[in-house]
Amino acid sequence: MAKLLPKGRLLSWSIPLIAVFLGIFIGAIIMLVSGYNPITGYSALIRGIFSDSYYLGETVRMMTPLILAGLAVAFAFRTGLLNIGVEGQLIVGWLASVYVGITFDLPAVLHLPMAILAGALAGALWGFIPGLLKAKFQVHEVIVTIMMNYIALYTANAIIRSYLLVPGERTGSINQSASLSSPLLQSLTDYSRLHWGFVVAVLACLIMWFILWRTTKGYELRAVGLNQHASQYAGMNVQRNIILSMLISGGFAGVAGAMEGLGTYGYMSILSGFSGLGFDGIAVALLGANTAVGVLLASFLFGGLKIGALNMQSQAGVPTELVEIVIALIIFFVASSYIIRWVMNRVKKEDI
Amino acid sequence: MSYVIEMNSIRKEFPGIVANDNITLQLKKGEIHALLGENGAGKSTLMNVLFGLYQPERGEIRVRGEKVEITDPNIANRLGIGMVHQHFMLVDKFTVTENIVMGNEPTKFGVVNIKKAAKEVEAISKRYGLSVDPYAKIENISVGMQQRVEILKTLYRGADILIFDEPTAVLTPQEIQELIGIMKTLVAEGKSIILITHKLKEIMSVCDRCTVIRRGKGIGTVDVSETDQDKLAAMMVGREVNFKVEKTPAIPKETVLAVSDLTVKDSRGVDAVKALNLDIKAGEILGLAGVDGNGQSELIEAITGLRKTDKGSIKLNNKELVGLKPRKVTESGIGHIPEDRHKHGLVLDFSIGENIVLQTYYQQPYSKNTVLNYPNIFKKAKDLIEDYDVRTPSEHTPARALSGGNQQKAIIAREVDRSPDFLIAAQPTRGLDVGAIESIHKRLISERDKGRAVLLMSLELDEILNVSDRIAVMYEGQIVDIVDADKTNEKELGLLMAGGKKEKAGEAK
Amino acid sequence: MDIMQILSLVIPAAIFAAAPLILTALGGLFSERAGVVNIGLEGLMVMGAFTAIITTLTLEGMGMSGMMVIILALIISILIGSVFSLFHAVASITFRADQIVSGVALNFLAVGLTVFLVRLLYNKGQTDYISNRIYRMDVPVLSDIPFIGPLFFSSAYVTSYVAILLAVVVYFIVFYTPFGLRLRSVGEHPMAADTMGINVNRMRYIGVMLSGAFAGLGGAVFALTVTGNFSGTTIVGQGFMALAALIFGKWNPLGALGAALFFGLAQALSITGQQIPLLSDVPPVFLLIAPYVLTILALAGFVGRAEGPKAIGKPYIKGSR
Repeated sequence: MAKLLPKGRLLSWSIPLIAVFLGIFIGAIIMLVSGYNPITGYSALIRGIFSDSYYLGETVRMMTPLILAGLAVAFAFRTGLLNIGVEGQLIVGWLASVYVGITFDLPAVLHLPMAILAGALAGALWGFIPGLLKAKFQVHEVIVTIMMNYIALYTANAIIRSYLLVPGERTGSINQSASLSSPLLQSLTDYSRLHWGFVVAVLACLIMWFILWRTTKGYELRAVGLNQHASQYAGMNVQRNIILSMLISGGFAGVAGAMEGLGTYGYMSILSGFSGLGFDGIAVALLGANTAVGVLLASFLFGGLKIGALNMQSQAGVPTELVEIVIALIIFFVASSYIIRWVMNRVKKEDI
Repeated sequence: MSYVIEMNSIRKEFPGIVANDNITLQLKKGEIHALLGENGAGKSTLMNVLFGLYQPERGEIRVRGEKVEITDPNIANRLGIGMVHQHFMLVDKFTVTENIVMGNEPTKFGVVNIKKAAKEVEAISKRYGLSVDPYAKIENISVGMQQRVEILKTLYRGADILIFDEPTAVLTPQEIQELIGIMKTLVAEGKSIILITHKLKEIMSVCDRCTVIRRGKGIGTVDVSETDQDKLAAMMVGREVNFKVEKTPAIPKETVLAVSDLTVKDSRGVDAVKALNLDIKAGEILGLAGVDGNGQSELIEAITGLRKTDKGSIKLNNKELVGLKPRKVTESGIGHIPEDRHKHGLVLDFSIGENIVLQTYYQQPYSKNTVLNYPNIFKKAKDLIEDYDVRTPSEHTPARALSGGNQQKAIIAREVDRSPDFLIAAQPTRGLDVGAIESIHKRLISERDKGRAVLLMSLELDEILNVSDRIAVMYEGQIVDIVDADKTNEKELGLLMAGGKKEKAGEAK
Repeated sequence: MDIMQILSLVIPAAIFAAAPLILTALGGLFSERAGVVNIGLEGLMVMGAFTAIITTLTLEGMGMSGMMVIILALIISILIGSVFSLFHAVASITFRADQIVSGVALNFLAVGLTVFLVRLLYNKGQTDYISNRIYRMDVPVLSDIPFIGPLFFSSAYVTSYVAILLAVVVYFIVFYTPFGLRLRSVGEHPMAADTMGINVNRMRYIGVMLSGAFAGLGGAVFALTVTGNFSGTTIVGQGFMALAALIFGKWNPLGALGAALFFGLAQALSITGQQIPLLSDVPPVFLLIAPYVLTILALAGFVGRAEGPKAIGKPYIKGSR
């Protein structure tokens, strides 16, 4: 694996690190300007991740859908597609897994995989449509996936309202046999909402890595992402690869939704807006340089920031939204890596 | 002296290379001055310096005797320097007039006065014999017309020094004749022209003087009337060039590829190949000559399965290829060195190793049960890199990091190594230096001598004449004639390429 | 319920719902015609809505009231919108960031920053309600025209007319002025524009900043007419719907106007549909998703192919082909 990476490895690691540093640094300035003490703020944030097994459990719980959403974005990106539709795929995946979780009554060994699979299939279906339109009509996937997000949101709400509603603007709870929740994990982490989903997420990382870098299909997907013309010349079916990529990407996103439905909540609420996980997935994939390991690490950073922010608000009084700003800035700096590279080259030159 | 442009001792460096080293070019008023050099010799760099896109490290530029600093194209425009780009700088969805006036629009009450602009365009086009419809959309007019619009753009801005960058590459023979006429009219009207080219024939027919550069160095300036093509070629390459390639006569055997009655549509749905017939035998190189855009690319795409065949049949060793997917075509024994190596030939961000198995990755020993076997892939790559003398730090280096010649060698290694019965080489030496060209030509001939059938498509007549055994000339989607390479010449081929079929057909045989 | 009643229920509601969409779509048009994708319209609307509410509340706190407050709030929203859009411009034009990713970051930042500031200023997640809203009025004379008057000119928001008028003005600017020609040339073939002496990046900056100004205005109009306060959920998807209107309208100002009105109609019907005989059987979800489904169909070429500016999404690097 190491041999596959070119010399630019240091550079590819340093850009995300610089971006994270700049984001956190500007976050500190914002705190300072707003009359907060950044040191107090950030130390409260860090305590909110590490100081208690509860916080750690919550962080890992938060990471689970982030990892899967990040994998979804990263996988599509490797085939040259920008899947902005993770949000919608996640919603339909959530709904499908909860539906299976409520409707069927089976032994857990069957029921749980079936519920997760239902989520994956629903997400894959939602990814299939933009993939198909891209492959057959060259319609840009970004716009279609954005539109699909809203269709998913309103449709899922309508389905819940019409068929699955219980008091509290939500569906009923899933059967225990389809649940990922674990009394053991909860008791280990001071009754956080940690569930077995993180095992699924880590497995998904391995699957993504294996498909992309170890199989002939992954070779094709990457070739199509880098150069469609050459792929076609080499006898690969570009259209089918685009569709397949969106299917797999949507599948990851659907599983992310299943983690929420089967793990964190055990039901699905009527959503007033997006969960934001889909867009977080873009941030995760971008910061993780579209690699499995990178996605895992970036999810830990963003998951930690989001959970730690709660403690930052309660202990240091800094609004949790500061974390949103920091995440936005990190995306901004990673996306603007051209300028970071440029500055680094400048500095290097002067050294010589 | 009445030089309108003097570029004295220009030096331009890029990281790692000196693109222009002490080059001097002086343009007299009212002359057509050729700038001759091989691909990559530094012609474009020099002209981009003149047009303000690059700043030179050393040297001075004088325009009409005055020293100037040209820091961006606007200044060049103001100095009366206009560039007719090789890749047209035209907005497809705009009209001719809109393209010409944009950035410098006549207005009336803050609104673009298109009527007035169109009238001006018409007036200029009449004066220089460049008739175009000012209201036509660019996407609806021919390539030749589009080039006229490019010329009109510079004239509208009052340019009197025009740079033509390889203007004939995309034109048909008739359009080339028209262009030569236009250039002569322009000069008669007092304009001065720099013609960037590597085609000796054009220089002899239209230019007054010629400045030659080689590997970034200025070689000298000569009067065209006092030189000939051989001397110019020697100046350009740096030694006596006998473009003749050493080879024994071909010993053609059985027919390998038989194309009959083939019709293929281009991407706009127009017939690009029309009821074409062609046979290629084992042990021969068939040259496919023709002006760009006469269906050569479509023919090759149809053979390789990349483009749908409308009618007809393509048989490889008596097996029908029409209707097969590209992969099946490749598997049935075709090697294809594609026209555009960056677009089709390589995945530039893949390593050389990954590129070597671009068509075979799914086969053993490179993968088993859909799982890739990297050690085998890279071992194969290492072997080929040695056998074909590909200069690369390692088989793990991304293809992007290699020079054009070495990228092409890697592609040839991959295609030839599969031992295909039939090898297609489309413009295999485009953009390469003479050394790489020679090695590629030798490789093609050695493949021929191993008994393979080779189809060599090229826009360079020299290459066709020197490497091929037989030459098929393509014009408007059909083969107008097939001639023996040692019984024909450039003149005859030129005529055939322009569609002159009847007169020549008898003589050639 | 007769047809007149239905129309008088639906049409004003449609125009009302369309106004912010029209304005924001026009903003998106400037940016995208210049070759810069603007997924950040949503975030720009958030900034506009936030600024309008905060300005109004501040001015009210200073004892001001009436039209003046509204006009000031709108102007400041336009300014803040265009300044905030610089974030997208700098990233995607100067720093050559991926335009879509930059737009996504902008959306994140807008929500994070505004809610952060709201918490800072008001110590809670949402602002108070403003008392000076944009009010409905009858257009003199026109509202007395029978049939048309009550439908189009009675108790309507002046901002709706401004939005429609602006669509016509933008159409004129984009297709008939030198500025428009240059803007479009930069989005179609930046290198050609560059060789003609047009400053590509400057045109793109202007395009993006205009998108910020218009989307800021769109967000402000939404906040001042619909919600009356600001929170993190004030703008939920209007920006993306404006983007959809822009595409459905084929990057043409009048097309975007038509699409926005149509989307407004769909929205109005999804709310008022229950009161209309035939539509009461149609689940409102179909009307809710109609704009998005139609946009997808338009892109796929089923409703006339929508083709964007050629050079959209690509940073312009001098000297490269």
